[in-house]
Amino acid sequence: MEHIELFFKSIFIDNMIFATFLGMCSYLAVSKKVSTAVGLGAAVIFVLAVTVPINWLLDQYLLKDGALVWLGEEYADYNLGFLSFILFIATIATMVQLVEIVVEKFSPSLYNSLGIFLPLIAVNCAILGGSLFMQSRDIPTLGLALNYGVSSGIGWFLAILAIAAIREKIRYSNVPAPLRGLGITFIITGLMAIGFMSFGGMLTGGDEKKPSLDSDPSNIGVKTEQIQNENTEETAPAVSVSEVSTLTKQ
Amino acid sequence: MGLLSKKDSRLILDPLADNNPITIQVLGICSALAITAQLKASIVMAVSVMVVLGVGNVVISLLRNVIPGKIRIIAQLIIVAALVIIVDQVLKAFAYELSKQLSVFIGLIITNCIIMGRFEAFALANKPWRSFLDGIGNAAGYGLILIIVGFFRELLGSGTLLGFKVLGDPIAKTGLYALGYENNGFMLLSPMALIVIGIIIWVQRSRNKELIEE
Repeated sequence: MEHIELFFKSIFIDNMIFATFLGMCSYLAVSKKVSTAVGLGAAVIFVLAVTVPINWLLDQYLLKDGALVWLGEEYADYNLGFLSFILFIATIATMVQLVEIVVEKFSPSLYNSLGIFLPLIAVNCAILGGSLFMQSRDIPTLGLALNYGVSSGIGWFLAILAIAAIREKIRYSNVPAPLRGLGITFIITGLMAIGFMSFGGMLTGGDEKKPSLDSDPSNIGVKTEQIQNENTEETAPAVSVSEVSTLTKQ
Repeated sequence: MGLLSKKDSRLILDPLADNNPITIQVLGICSALAITAQLKASIVMAVSVMVVLGVGNVVISLLRNVIPGKIRIIAQLIIVAALVIIVDQVLKAFAYELSKQLSVFIGLIITNCIIMGRFEAFALANKPWRSFLDGIGNAAGYGLILIIVGFFRELLGSGTLLGFKVLGDPIAKTGLYALGYENNGFMLLSPMALIVIGIIIWVQRSRNKELIEE
């Protein structure tokens, strides 16, 4: 169950592009054509699926407070957390290089379709962001880390695919001259992000308030009223509160 | 400017307007947008990037003849990561609350495209002093946009600037709120950052027609 929840949460609610703006540079630069966007999106899924679990292992057995305890009791006090940036980025850079070599050797056709994008990916914020969010959200198991990598990659893939398709169509529209190209892409992405915000209630909507009401049977009549009120008035603030709380959690 | 030759001062002034890293070169959008809901966070982010980019550009420029071309990306990443760790530790020591709020995004300075972009495009081919100026100039252009976005989002979203209630108190209904003004909570959400930048690009390009894309 928690796998399914994490899966949908990372694709739709915490979408890397629309909720946290990770990987915007390549998102804007490589979204002119659908075919190249698909190539880059696939490469991002692939690299996230490899690097997030590896960095999870590093975090668990090397970086966390007390993670070195497997070396012996006297190492229990060490906290190497401050090294995580340098270690994560080194892992990502080497993994990207390694993946490039392996894929070239065993699957030349895949290499040809992904090839040019792989070096670009080492400096894609989405990849490092995936690992850092994995660390700050305390993902508990290796399986969930793998799940998180794959699903946030899929979220990124969907976002770049959608914007590439829109940009192909928008070429035939009469956009005001100063907005052409970059400007309109920003605004469309903003509108898409507003659309994606509606997924916010999918898993967590009203979680904070409902349990207290459910536990008290005398509140049943009040509950429906309150839910209606929430729907009409409080939708925007409710989302912003949850966003702030995720920000502080991180 | 007495201190700087004309060519050097262009290095600083160009990125502020006509060659702005965010609105023209499309670099460094990644980690920037999420933290602009407050002016204070935007300023801290701008200063952090300026430190990392200024120092990083000098280091890369000093090492430019030593780093082998094939592994330069990894070498650059390690140098940036080291600098970012220093910035992160300093923030944790002196502004703990703020560093909690910026969280992951300080770490993401490493993969901020602006940094790698300036290393590749400038520092690898120029002397340290000029690279330093280029780094400061580009970080200033980046910071300028961050501060503009942060200013509007905080002012319209929560009615404050740097935490001061400049528009009056929304609960006690003083200042503008007495006239029935309401905060636009939507400005605090992430989509509005994109739209604000879109509008900045619109304004800039309608003032300078040469920048219009076809």
